[in-house]
Amino acid sequence: MSEAILKVEGLKTSFFTDDGEVPAVDGIDFSVNEGEILGIVGESGCGKSVTSLSIMGLLPAPPGKIVGGHIYYKGEDISHAKESRMRKLRGNDIAMIFQEPMTSLNPVFTIGEQLMEAIRLHNHLSKKELIERSVELLKLVGLPRAAELLDEYPHELSGGMRQRVMIAMAMSCNPKVLIADEPTTALDVTIQAQILDLMVKLNKETHTAIIMITHDLGVVAQMCNRVAVMYAGKIVEEGTVKDIFNHPEHPYTEGLIKSIPDLYGKKDSLYTIKGSVPKPGSITKGCLFAPRCEFVMDKCQVNRPELLGDGHKSRCFLHQGQGRKEVRK
Amino acid sequence: MFHYTIKRLLMLIPVLLGMTLIVFAIIHAIPGNPALTILGTKATPEAIHSLNRSLGLDNPWYVQYFSYLKGILTGNLGTSIQTNSPIASEIWPHLAATIELSFVAMIFAVFVGINAGIISAWKQNSFLDYTAMILALIGVSMPVFWLGLLEQWGFSIKLQWLPSIGRDDIRNSVDPITNLYLIDTLLRGRLDQFWMVLRHLILPAIALATIPTAIIARMTRSSMLEVLKSDYIRTAKAKGQRMIWIVYKYALKNAFIPILTVIGLQTGLLLGGAILTETIFGWPGVGLYIYNAIQYRDYPVIQSGILVIAFIFVMVNFIVDLLYGLFDPRIKYR
Repeated sequence: MSEAILKVEGLKTSFFTDDGEVPAVDGIDFSVNEGEILGIVGESGCGKSVTSLSIMGLLPAPPGKIVGGHIYYKGEDISHAKESRMRKLRGNDIAMIFQEPMTSLNPVFTIGEQLMEAIRLHNHLSKKELIERSVELLKLVGLPRAAELLDEYPHELSGGMRQRVMIAMAMSCNPKVLIADEPTTALDVTIQAQILDLMVKLNKETHTAIIMITHDLGVVAQMCNRVAVMYAGKIVEEGTVKDIFNHPEHPYTEGLIKSIPDLYGKKDSLYTIKGSVPKPGSITKGCLFAPRCEFVMDKCQVNRPELLGDGHKSRCFLHQGQGRKEVRK
Repeated sequence: MFHYTIKRLLMLIPVLLGMTLIVFAIIHAIPGNPALTILGTKATPEAIHSLNRSLGLDNPWYVQYFSYLKGILTGNLGTSIQTNSPIASEIWPHLAATIELSFVAMIFAVFVGINAGIISAWKQNSFLDYTAMILALIGVSMPVFWLGLLEQWGFSIKLQWLPSIGRDDIRNSVDPITNLYLIDTLLRGRLDQFWMVLRHLILPAIALATIPTAIIARMTRSSMLEVLKSDYIRTAKAKGQRMIWIVYKYALKNAFIPILTVIGLQTGLLLGGAILTETIFGWPGVGLYIYNAIQYRDYPVIQSGILVIAFIFVMVNFIVDLLYGLFDPRIKYR
């Protein structure tokens, strides 16, 4: 793998509400290399989507604001870049697919108009070339009747087809980075698999780096190279897919893996992590996961662990200093 | 679409029939005798009786109604009691005056209202937003007659920029062809008169436009606020599109259905003849025409006038219904 194409350093994003500052993303670091697929996993409300919107510069502002850290795209800090600069990057260099295919396309414009606009914004092409490129893109994402689709409206397409259109639109300018924010959550299972396969195929063919944001570890196992696990606005564990699945270090990651339904298991009920994600900013002292952790120690209540490790990193005292096994016994 | 149009047109027939019946009933419920008004209070009972007979007013109400209905169907709106001339030809110049005034007022209202609403929504909670919405609130609350008087006092009397009354200058009056003076002056190649007619239009048009402008602005704002929050707007931003383009192209088309509804209703109301505005600015429109007829108890004129207004209102809304499909492809006409 070559060097990092997108690098996030100590990113902090907060929402300023009537009740004060709510830190949704609280100092996260990660990077993604060219051609790589990075998974970002976590429960709802852990700051995954806010991270992606921060990178795109699409935070609803106010109330959202990047309050610290840097986002480097090809070495250029874009965390506070001008709107005009971001417009050039969006769609062309960094593209995004959203969670809701049913509502992400404009209902009153045809597929063709929306797709061609995405291309035209960053390329100077003639009308004929635009149509050719659009048809080519729709074929690339496996849509039948590509030429006819151009004249159809979003409501005439199914959810899976719309998400394919969204992917075609995102891929239209050959972006270097594609951020996919839960692209399959709203789709049924068979369509999910097709969409994921499509994204892996595009990744192989175009070498576009993909940041796959999901709460579904199955998706991660199927397509990612590396994974970052997020909890309450922080990354708690990071490593290769093998590391994470075979040797999870953080109790939260372990809990997530344990709670995947097992086809062959004979359990009556699934494993659950007790409690829920704390409200951002509500825990000021100690490890953020301490209230829900099975292996909680005294120092977890007082000190906050750092993300440490070489390659496979985790934010847990169990792996820092005293060994974990000892505690487990 | 074609079938839908035909169907809707057929459905207009009972609506229009109902309208004639209601208008007829209301007019006849009003106390007062036209013959008495024409002849004066000292008329003898014989004179009143013979006039009633010649006007057909001694017939039972249903006979009067059907003869009236028969007239309408043959394009005959009746004869004015006051002037003794056919209403159909008499009403057109008045109607044209109202149409011209309403049209200019609506162009102003749509342009200013939509833009004010868009900017308010786009820059929500900003100084611009507050200013526009306070002005809109003043606009809907301000009595039109008062605004009209203020305009005349300021722009006609004090500044002497614009004429205060009438459609044209009496010493330089327009020779009508269609009675839409802006068109007539152009047809006759009289650019000087075109300018003069336009100057006469400005003050009454603005007075008439205040309420529609404010209503359109408020509707645009609320509709746009909703749309600007939607996912597809975020998608457009993620493509790298400019905000101004997103707002005016993407968002506006989505937000336009409720705005179009309001524009339709307001156009219908304006075409109904704004009696207050027309009275203040001496505008010889249909509102003033009917107002005079009411004072004179000129039944045929009142009936036909109200019928024409109601007809226009119904037609404007019919057109608006057909236009919906242009803005939202999800609306299918069957």
